[in-house]
Amino acid sequence: MSKQVVSLNRVVIRFAGDSGDGMQMTGDRFTSETAGLGNDLSTLPDFPAEIRAPAGTIGGVSAFQLAFADHDITTPGDAPNVLVAMNPAALKANIRDLPRGADLIVNTDEFTKRNLEKVGYTSNPIEDGSLEPFNVHAVALTSQTVEALKSFAVSKKEAERAKNMYALGLLSWLYSRGAEGTRSFLNKKFAHKPEILAANLAAFEAGWSFGETTESFSVQYEVAPAALPTGLYRNITGNPALALGLIAAAQQAGLPLFLGSYPITPASDILHELAKNHRFGVMTFQAEDEIAGVGAAIGAAYGGALAVTTTSGPGVALKSEAIGLAVSLELPLIIVDVQRGGPSTGLPTKTEQSDLLQAMFGRNGESPVPVIAPQSPSDCFHAAIEAARIAVEYRTPVFLLSDGYIANGSEPWLVPDADTLPKIDPNFATGPNHTKADGTEEFWPYLRDPETLARPWAIPGTKGLEHRIGGLEKADGAGGISYDPDNHDTMVRLRQAKIDGIADTIPDLVVDDPTGDADILVLGWGSTYGPIGAACEITRRTGVNVAQAHLRYLNPFPRNLGDVLRSYRKVLVPEMNLGQLTMLLRAKYLVDVTSINQVRGMPFKSTELVAAITAAIETL
Amino acid sequence: MTDTYPSLSLVPKTDIAITAKDFKSDQEVRWCPGCGDYSILSNVQAFLPELGLARENIVFISGIGCSSRFPYYMNTFGMHSIHGRAPAIATGLAVSRPDLSIWVITGDGDSLSIGGNHLIHALRRNVNLKILMFNNRIYGLTKGQYSPTSEQGKVTKSTPEGSLDYSFNPVSLALGAEATFVARTLDSDRKHMTEVLRQAAAHEGTALVEIYQNCNIFNDGAFDPLKDNETRDDVTMRLVHGEPIRFGADNSKGVTRTEDGHIKVVNVEDVGEAAIISHDAHAKDPGLAFALSRLSNPRTLENTPIGVFRDINRPSYDRLVREQISDVIERKGPGDLQSLLNGSDTWNVS
Repeated sequence: MSKQVVSLNRVVIRFAGDSGDGMQMTGDRFTSETAGLGNDLSTLPDFPAEIRAPAGTIGGVSAFQLAFADHDITTPGDAPNVLVAMNPAALKANIRDLPRGADLIVNTDEFTKRNLEKVGYTSNPIEDGSLEPFNVHAVALTSQTVEALKSFAVSKKEAERAKNMYALGLLSWLYSRGAEGTRSFLNKKFAHKPEILAANLAAFEAGWSFGETTESFSVQYEVAPAALPTGLYRNITGNPALALGLIAAAQQAGLPLFLGSYPITPASDILHELAKNHRFGVMTFQAEDEIAGVGAAIGAAYGGALAVTTTSGPGVALKSEAIGLAVSLELPLIIVDVQRGGPSTGLPTKTEQSDLLQAMFGRNGESPVPVIAPQSPSDCFHAAIEAARIAVEYRTPVFLLSDGYIANGSEPWLVPDADTLPKIDPNFATGPNHTKADGTEEFWPYLRDPETLARPWAIPGTKGLEHRIGGLEKADGAGGISYDPDNHDTMVRLRQAKIDGIADTIPDLVVDDPTGDADILVLGWGSTYGPIGAACEITRRTGVNVAQAHLRYLNPFPRNLGDVLRSYRKVLVPEMNLGQLTMLLRAKYLVDVTSINQVRGMPFKSTELVAAITAAIETL
Repeated sequence: MTDTYPSLSLVPKTDIAITAKDFKSDQEVRWCPGCGDYSILSNVQAFLPELGLARENIVFISGIGCSSRFPYYMNTFGMHSIHGRAPAIATGLAVSRPDLSIWVITGDGDSLSIGGNHLIHALRRNVNLKILMFNNRIYGLTKGQYSPTSEQGKVTKSTPEGSLDYSFNPVSLALGAEATFVARTLDSDRKHMTEVLRQAAAHEGTALVEIYQNCNIFNDGAFDPLKDNETRDDVTMRLVHGEPIRFGADNSKGVTRTEDGHIKVVNVEDVGEAAIISHDAHAKDPGLAFALSRLSNPRTLENTPIGVFRDINRPSYDRLVREQISDVIERKGPGDLQSLLNGSDTWNVS
């Protein structure tokens, strides 16, 4: 039976179910098929911190949102066009985000009295009329899956577990996605379990056929490919992109890559990704704690490796003293902080941008560290290479501030040509650099490059460069212990000047102000790039001019930032914190920027930013 | 040289003759006059030429405390790091640089209090590090608080009524942490220390050497029973692999097994020579080494064994890391960056 096919420009789907329902995998598969069709896309996984929260509870709901379009998009969308709710808890947790008229697919099998009561429904929403605003498709997903698999050599429980594939088949049909990728994925995943493989393939086909034949779905949709720049694409998530960036940076620098890390959500996937890449000589050290992770990285940096430690906010707190040591030793080190909700353990699986001030100031003494932040999942790759460049060229620890949203979110990525990546020069010291009064030559570990103020990177094993360094204050140049007051004043200022000077090698901030006469600038950093971009576009479509700029470099700031801030009547700074960048901007430039903030553990919705921009315009 | 020190086979040899003097740095040594650290420093400087290594391939890494100033006085590469973290830093260096001979200098506070976690994990991993723990049973640099090896009841500035903490026995701790090499020596016994350092240097993996070190300012005489001519032989049990464990003025005392499987110190003539057990540092089971470590009285130092308690073969962690990587490269070939970036699931936009 052929149905009417309707073309759409953009679709947002949210899969929601119990933690054990396989929603993340379902979302990943749908994403992969969608990427292959050439749509632009953006994803937002949202899952609980518990591995298996109590079944059927609100706390145990795991969701995956995906936006895909025939044009360039930057966010996973504010509100879904389709919600797949695998149980009452998933419905209850997500229904408030569903706009009137949206499609709602519910798994009726799970809407039992007990499951309804568990989440506080006193009547069945499928029957009591409360879902009337939506286009409800009540489907017995579980029992239809079991029915479809009755001739297969699997238990009832195993058959029930295949219901996510049934749902995926249905959605794949509904949005004219391919099936080949999912088939080959399942073939690989269940290669050693032929019965389970057959059942999952059959469940997928059954879901697809159900879509084709049921009267519940009268139309099928399609979304044309987006007009993206030509080239080879893959879909990529932030954490793996960051790992690839580190491997690429090490290769471009001709250095071995060493990771010292302790597992922590949401950063562990970087450790996992690097551990898979021993072929590149990558050394991954799972340390006994966060401090040992950074400590080992400092040891490897001292020995001449490109050294990295990966963590999240609580881990940074533990590493602070060691980062201060790296500041004092002036050794290259990359500290990756995949930020999550805080303080303390906070919200491990939810996103936040609240470690900016910790990265800037969370150490004793005057301890400046460069800070840079990627703006999207694929940008993690390039930001990692840039962090490595700064670390190596300036012999300094560098903070790379990712967050849970871009770490787990994904987007299509125009794969770069490895040959065009920038080279990084470690420029190891090879011999003496100072002549004593008596004419003999010696090595001064703190004799700085006059331009960059970087000290020599003199690694053990280099003849004639034996020297001792440590956390005690060092004499300017010669590097021996010094308690001299003037020397300390000099060294504190030199370390600061070195970091400030990095601004000479970073690009000016680029402002997107299409008409050139906007009164308002929206300035962001990190993962808010997508929502801010979408909000500015929506605002411009209403005929209001607004400028957008996004900071990749948080310390030091680009040289032109002060001028940019002063050239707009109003500057809005959206952040997923209570105004940390805002504080830095006000302190440095004495400009009264306006903070827009929320800390709900989720990215900004573009609609809320549109509202904030509109309100700001009205006050001009 | 290579045969004597298999653990250092990857470290380049010196091409010039070097002596103890070559290991002295130009820094003025600033420990208190009379500190036990001086003799340890000079013993280490006198021993190192024996290894025949290129000086630039030797690294000393320390934490914080009096002992941790040590690297400044060695004309090698050195890092004076932060409190308790030297084993972690040294681990990163050892994993990435097999061509270095790496020594960790630490104290009882540095390695057993603030850095206890890193110490036990370095020991269980068996990273190719030689850890010299200067144990003076007191906090010196912070001016005299009790340490984790101070005897219970110790009166110090922070414990005017006596400390309540039960003390650590570093050798017992190391054995419990799966250490492959554990030894104890004395700051004042140059010959003994040199022999212990020799065996530690030859060991592949982490070697923990506890060095009883006198702090003449805050805990003077802490090890006097092991040093005074009158008591020394009576309390010190010198462990030698393969030899019967006998000590005392006329070798009159020995260690024997009790009926219930424990060990105890006895008069040899009471039990007969045949009942005295021999030391076996190479025993796979750490039981005997552990039992020996428990014989000493932490207060009086009676029955204190010194020497190598345990010295067994287990591949070092850093070697295993390198072998795993080279094995992967051998099986799958070296990585190609472009194919890594491409991944397995791509599409073309034309």
